[in-house]
Order: sequence, then structure tokens, then C-alpha cells
Amino acid sequence: MMLPDPAATGLARVRKIEGAALGLRTPAFAPEEGAGDLLEVSLGPHHPSTHGVFRMDVVLDGERIVRLKPVFGYLHRNHEKLGEGTSYLGSMPYTDRLDYLNSMTNNWAYALAVEKLAGIPVTERAEYVRVILAELSRLLNHTCLAGFLMQDCGCSGTPLMYAFREREKILDLFESLSGSRMMCNFQRFGGCRVDPSAEWLAATRTLVDGYGAFLDEFEALLSGNEIVMARTQGVGRLPAALAVNAGVTGPMLRASGVGHDLRKVDGYGVYPRFNFRVPIGRDGDVYDRYMVRMLEMRESISILDQALRGLPGGPILDPKAKQRGLRPKAGEAYGRIEGPKGEIGFFLVSDGTGNPTRYRVRAPSFVNLTILEDLCLGHSVADAVIILGSIDIVLGEVDR
Amino acid sequence: MLGKGLLQGLAVTAKNLVGSYHDPARYVTQEYPEVQPKLPEAYRNFPFLVSETADDPMGTLRCVACQICEKECPPQCIYIEKSKDKKPDATGKAQIYPAVFAIDTAVCMSCQICVEVCPFDAIKMDQEFAIAATDRFGGLLLNREQLAKPNAYYHQIHPTEAAEVDERLAAERRAAEEKARLAAAAKAAAPKPAVPAAAAAAAPGAARPAPAGSTAPAASAPVDPVPPPAPRPPSP
Repeated sequence: MMLPDPAATGLARVRKIEGAALGLRTPAFAPEEGAGDLLEVSLGPHHPSTHGVFRMDVVLDGERIVRLKPVFGYLHRNHEKLGEGTSYLGSMPYTDRLDYLNSMTNNWAYALAVEKLAGIPVTERAEYVRVILAELSRLLNHTCLAGFLMQDCGCSGTPLMYAFREREKILDLFESLSGSRMMCNFQRFGGCRVDPSAEWLAATRTLVDGYGAFLDEFEALLSGNEIVMARTQGVGRLPAALAVNAGVTGPMLRASGVGHDLRKVDGYGVYPRFNFRVPIGRDGDVYDRYMVRMLEMRESISILDQALRGLPGGPILDPKAKQRGLRPKAGEAYGRIEGPKGEIGFFLVSDGTGNPTRYRVRAPSFVNLTILEDLCLGHSVADAVIILGSIDIVLGEVDR
Repeated sequence: MLGKGLLQGLAVTAKNLVGSYHDPARYVTQEYPEVQPKLPEAYRNFPFLVSETADDPMGTLRCVACQICEKECPPQCIYIEKSKDKKPDATGKAQIYPAVFAIDTAVCMSCQICVEVCPFDAIKMDQEFAIAATDRFGGLLLNREQLAKPNAYYHQIHPTEAAEVDERLAAERRAAEEKARLAAAAKAAAPKPAVPAAAAAAAPGAARPAPAGSTAPAASAPVDPVPPPAPRPPSP
């Protein structure tokens, strides 16, 4: 498989301190042969390490995993079928509940699909506001993920609390803009629902300016920590070929060394106007996945800085863009964006009536979860927990 | 050096521990419920119905039971029954009113689509969040008496938005009065049957055509001199 040249595409390689160079022992991979009887363990669905109601049926040979079956669907709530019975506008708040950490990006992907379907142009200011909100979402998601991952490693509390302290600041911004911390329901067809005020933009500027310092501190706590390195380096290696073949997207894919980012590939919205790099990993292990997200946050801060400086005036929503009673011409459209977890896409088929005849969500968590067994084979149960943590799933999106 | 990262991490936690005693950026917890959260103006929770006055909430509901919110509500948590008769609303126009208006807050998902689609600014989002009830069905199914809150309350929780709404409604009211005045003047000047219709058609801008029979009270409303109809500001 051809890997893009990092220098040519604006990619940034993960710089990594090798734990082995410091004398840390990396975990052994090969399961001991014929060690004894197999033991089947059901991890979940009510287990804090499974990030929701998710079950891993694990078959163990001693401490090593020899088979793993991910079982999901406990949070299935008929999202896609509901979308076929609801008006185009009415599905918007439901998309908040897919990946409930990142309602802003879910909204955007859905709005993009409907805008493609109905041919609605988006106002310039709204495009910038969407970028700002999507990058804030990315900061929020990756910060949380790092906290959760450390919790999974057994580092009980501290990094998660620091992460949540910062997350709360972003959620306060979302709340003061959209009225809700997590269920924002903010994007509309052709723009956004509310025009951010000057005070809101000033508050965002303060947060963006201070976020780099928080990341410095967070990384000082975690990135060079010997225990973190010993637990995560060499664990859950995902080969680039397997990642591509399985349809893995987002930081998971990039950690395996594939520089695929829809912000660069599709160039949707106004992303081509911003100058940023795409971080990629080298080994595709848990540590690389953590590190790629840390570097992505640095790039997000840079995008936010550029977007806040370049934010144009004008209307946030075209008053002529129809929201209620939208009846797009018969046809189909697929809108996808680079969500914090990977490619989040909505496929809509219209037959000319007020609601879609087919409504399908391409959920990144769900697709990324399919390779869980490949990552976990040969590792211990404790490693399976952090491998799952590094995939970054939200069950609202996996089960839909 | 092995252990350097651990020591660096300990320095970070020590900094945060000390900082949590004096640095507001690091000490962020609030002692709820002793300290109540300061909600942003945009905060939304569940819908309520706006009435013009606090004394007679049922008589001055802005809702005219058009049932648009009922149709648009994604989780279908609104139930409306239209009245058989008409009652004068706050502007004196005879209007249908909701005989039954119920919202099941156990089903409501606080998306505020009802607020966005309401053409009469009759339903708005409340900010009351401590609504726990011991009865899951009766306690969370709110009827119109429980949902009605005066416009003054709306001003209290969403001051900016409420001021915009009041301005818009006042402009609509002025436009309707102007139209009624023109129609009455045209009727008085030339009592031919074709002219009032033409005059009415030539006076656009009124979002809501006044129902038949309401011309007289609207024209005699104590707004004198009648200002020109203000254009409706673009909705955000």
C-alpha cells in the first residue's frame, strides 16, 4: 500500500519516546501454546470499562485472549427508521443523540447531506462558525478520550478530572450559544440557528488562547509518563493495510500511518482556506492513537485561531432557506465530514415527499469497532480494556 | 532517565492541588444545591406557553391552537385540542384557543423545534430544571394551566429574545391596525363593493389577516395617531 509522503501532504509524524530505550519491558505477544483449558468471560454490558452498554465475549487461555466477540445493540433505538418517519428538520435533534459528545459535528454532517440533497447554499459566516464549533468539538472529544483512556489504564481520576474540567469550559460555550450543553441541535439547512455574539466569540478566543497551556500541562502529566508508556506502547497494533481494508477512519486510521483526513481529502466547508497539518502515527499502537489525538488538538487550536480571525460578517442563515416542510426533489445524497471519531456520514434518499425514504448513518465508532478482535488477540484482559478505550467509541452512535 | 516522566507528572498534580485553593481556573466546582448555577440566557429546558398577563393566563394565551408544533414535534410529545368557540385574544381579535394543550415532559427532548416553528411566538423554552415528580405519568404530563406563564416571566429568563419578540408583535399589531384603518377609510369614501377588497389587497405586510368582524374593535383601539406599518425584522 502506498503511504503518502509526510513532507508533501502536510502530515506530521508522531514524535515518540521509546519506552524500550528507557528500559521498559514491552508485553509479549505470542500466546503460550497448549497452556490449558479455555475460559470464557463476558465483559459487560454493565462494566465501566466498556464505555456504555457494550459486551465483549472473551475467550481466555490463561491470561491471554484467544477469541473476542464484540456484542452490541443494547442501546439500539431505531434511529435510522425513525429518520424515515420524521421530517428533515425533525431528524436534526435526533442526530445530537448519536455521538452525544459531539452533537455539533453530527448536526453538521446531517445538514451537509440535506444541503446536498436539496441544493441549499450555506452562508459564508455559517461555514466559519461550523468550523469553529467542529474544532471545539474535536478538542472536547480528544480531551475526554485521553482522560477516559487513562482511567482505563487504571489511573483513577486525576487525568479524567483535568480533562473534564477543560471539557466543561467548552460545554459552557456550547450552552451559552445553543442553549444546551450536549444536545445542541444547532445547525440548520443553509447555516446555523443562532448568530454567535461578540461576547461569545471573545470567550471562545480566551479559551482557544489558553488551551495550548492546558495541553502542555496535560502532556507533561501523561505523554512521558513511564507507566503510560509501558501500558500502551506496542499494545493493540493496527497494521495500516488492515485499517484501510476494514474501513477504519479518523485518528485510528491516522495512528496507523495513513494520512487520510476528509478535511484535506474532501475539503468540505471552508477547510481548504486553513493551514493545518494532519498528524500520523508510526506503529498504530494505543500510544500512537493517544499521541495522534494530542497532536490533532494542537492543529485544531491553529484552525480555531485562523477561523476566529477570518470570521466574516453577514447573515448566519439564509432567511429564504426552508427549514420546515422541506421537500427535496427525488434523488439521493451522502454528506460526510471528518468527525472527531472518524468519517461521520449521512446517506439520504428522497422521493420528493417531506421525509426521506432511506436514512442511513455511517457511524465511525461502529466501523472502527469491527477490528476489535484483531487488536486484542494475544493480549491480556487489562490490555483489551485500554485497546477498547483507544478506539474511542460512543455507544449512542454504535447502536443507533 | 527512567522515572523522569513520573516526577514531571507529580509536579503537575502538585501544581493543580495548590492551584485549586486560589486559582479560579483550577477550582471550578460549585456546591449545588446551596450554590445555584448561573444559567446562560440561551439555556433551554422544557417549553411553556406565553400568556399576555399573569392575572388571566387562560384568557390571554397567545396560542391559537394551529397545531403546527404538534405536527412538527419530533418525539410527538404535544397534544392539542382546538376550542369549538372563539375568544378575543390580547389584541381583541376573536381567535380559536387551545381547549386542551398538554406536553409530556417525560417524552420531550428539549430540542425547541416547537419554538422555531411557532408563527405566533406562543411557545417558548423555560429554564426550570428541577422538575422531579413522584408520579411518573400525572406529574410529568403538564396541562395548559401548568404550562402557561406570563410574558413578564419570559422577559425575566430570556430578556434579549423577549424584547425582540415584543417589538415584532407590536409591529405586526400596528400593521394590522393600519390595514384595518385603510379598509375602513376606503369603505367610507366609496361604498362600492369592489373597492374595499382592492384596498385590502393593496395593504400587504400584515402577517395575520384579521378575521371578519374584527375590523371595528381593532380600528377603535386606543393607538392614535397610527404610526406607519414597520417592516417585520428578518427572523434570526
